[in-house]
Amino acid sequence: MKEKQILQIEHLEKSYDGHPSVLRDINFSMEKGEVVVVLGPSGCGKSTFLRCINLLEPVSGGRIYLNGQDILSGQKESSRIRQEIGMVFQNYELFPHMTILENVMLAPLLVQKRDRKQTVEEAGELLARVGLSEKQTSYPRQLSGGQKQRAAIVRALMMRPKVLLLDEITAALDPEMVREVLQVVLELARDGMTMLIVTHEMEFARAVADRVIFMDKGAIVEEQKPEDFFSCPKTDRAKRFLNMFHYEALG
Amino acid sequence: MDIEFIRESIPLYAEAAVLTLRLALLGILGSGAIGFICCLLRTFRVPVLKQAAEVYIELSRNTPLLVQLFFLYFGLPRIGVVLSSEVCAVVGLSFLGGSYMAEAFRSGMEAVPVSQGEAGLSLGMSRHQVFFYILLPQAAATSIPVFGANIIFLIKETSVFSAVALADLVFVAKDFIGMTYRTDEALLLLVIFYLILILPVSAVCALIERRVRYAQFGNRSIVSGE
Ligand SMILES: Nc1ncnc2c1ncn2[C@@H]1O[C@H](COP(=O)(O)OP(=O)(O)O)[C@@H](O)[C@H]1O
Ligand SMILES: [Mg+2]
Repeated sequence: MKEKQILQIEHLEKSYDGHPSVLRDINFSMEKGEVVVVLGPSGCGKSTFLRCINLLEPVSGGRIYLNGQDILSGQKESSRIRQEIGMVFQNYELFPHMTILENVMLAPLLVQKRDRKQTVEEAGELLARVGLSEKQTSYPRQLSGGQKQRAAIVRALMMRPKVLLLDEITAALDPEMVREVLQVVLELARDGMTMLIVTHEMEFARAVADRVIFMDKGAIVEEQKPEDFFSCPKTDRAKRFLNMFHYEALG
Repeated sequence: MDIEFIRESIPLYAEAAVLTLRLALLGILGSGAIGFICCLLRTFRVPVLKQAAEVYIELSRNTPLLVQLFFLYFGLPRIGVVLSSEVCAVVGLSFLGGSYMAEAFRSGMEAVPVSQGEAGLSLGMSRHQVFFYILLPQAAATSIPVFGANIIFLIKETSVFSAVALADLVFVAKDFIGMTYRTDEALLLLVIFYLILILPVSAVCALIERRVRYAQFGNRSIVSGE
């Protein structure tokens, strides 16, 4: 295993009881600072893939290493592992009974027992960076979708994760709010955050990715640099997938 | 109507009302505690105890309070357990209300999306932290109307306490009717005193419901669209 590799996945298998395999023999690794975009048709297993990495789904086989440590062996508490892997969800999942500040400070104070004063400062800085300074004492219901998603990103960042998993974080947003959220992600990428991103925003994928993996029916069928993937995908399945995003080609 | 009689009777009714209220409060607290424990057992799927909770809930919901009180007051002494009338009343009411409160907690917990818990877990929170900081506050807020309805239901249920020789409101009314045959006055006072007990509770519940719901979620009712 190479030293730089932050995440390494070997022969990952996942099936739900009584259902055919959702993930088949996934082999994948990421280096520190790398941004990998996962593309693929709906239902191909992208969310399941991310959820397995974050231990939200039990796997059926294979190994996942984070910084060289086997996270499926059960030797390290899942809480410790999850602290190092941030996750942002399609539907934000902010806690509706807490203000934005409380949302982003809850886990750092409760789980990491960090100093309150410093945490408040840190939260203020991060919220300011994503343009939410004014919203600290607002409740999630008072925010637009784009603001909620930016707050959710801050909440994940507050834990100082080593890897960030983003699962279609703009899929629930109105088009005019997509950009403000993706802008934040682009900035994180520029700052060297390691990210694994599921998205259907092709322009964004091309701009942010160091590498693209294309999944189909639970398997990784293609892995390329974005410029190569978007200009000349190797598999027919990927070609057809990309064609879906070219409306003019249909007419 | 004999106004003089009514005026003279008020102190006795008031005394009985205080007793009723005191036992009702204890029973409501007991119900809440039992309901919460059942909620914990269900949420954390504690083996054996969870099944025990389900059995208890079925038993409690499908037997009348009067029967439960008879069992406590007349049944238990046969196996050597003698409880005072007051203890029987509180235990009986808690036994009955516990299952209703457990169901209130359950409906509240079911209303919280699973993904909320996952969001907490993904931040490294433990299952206990997720329960206490994320799920429970949302569940409790959702269940407030049901809690309120249960509390009012339990206060009304106290009307069978006289069956175990407690000098509660119904007991006093029956006593007056038996001794003086002033049925109208006795019953009128009974109704008034129950209203005095329950109306403020109703009002407070409605107020808390609006406050908490608005403060926490700003939920606009989908039905009324207010
Ligand atoms: N809890 C579940 N039980 C059974 N099948 C599931 C469950 N969750 C997801 N699946 C199935 O797994 C497959 C992959 O789902 P998912 O990872 O959500 O795909 P994607 O995110 O790529 O759209 C789908 O066919 C879906 O029906
Ligand atoms: Mg998905």
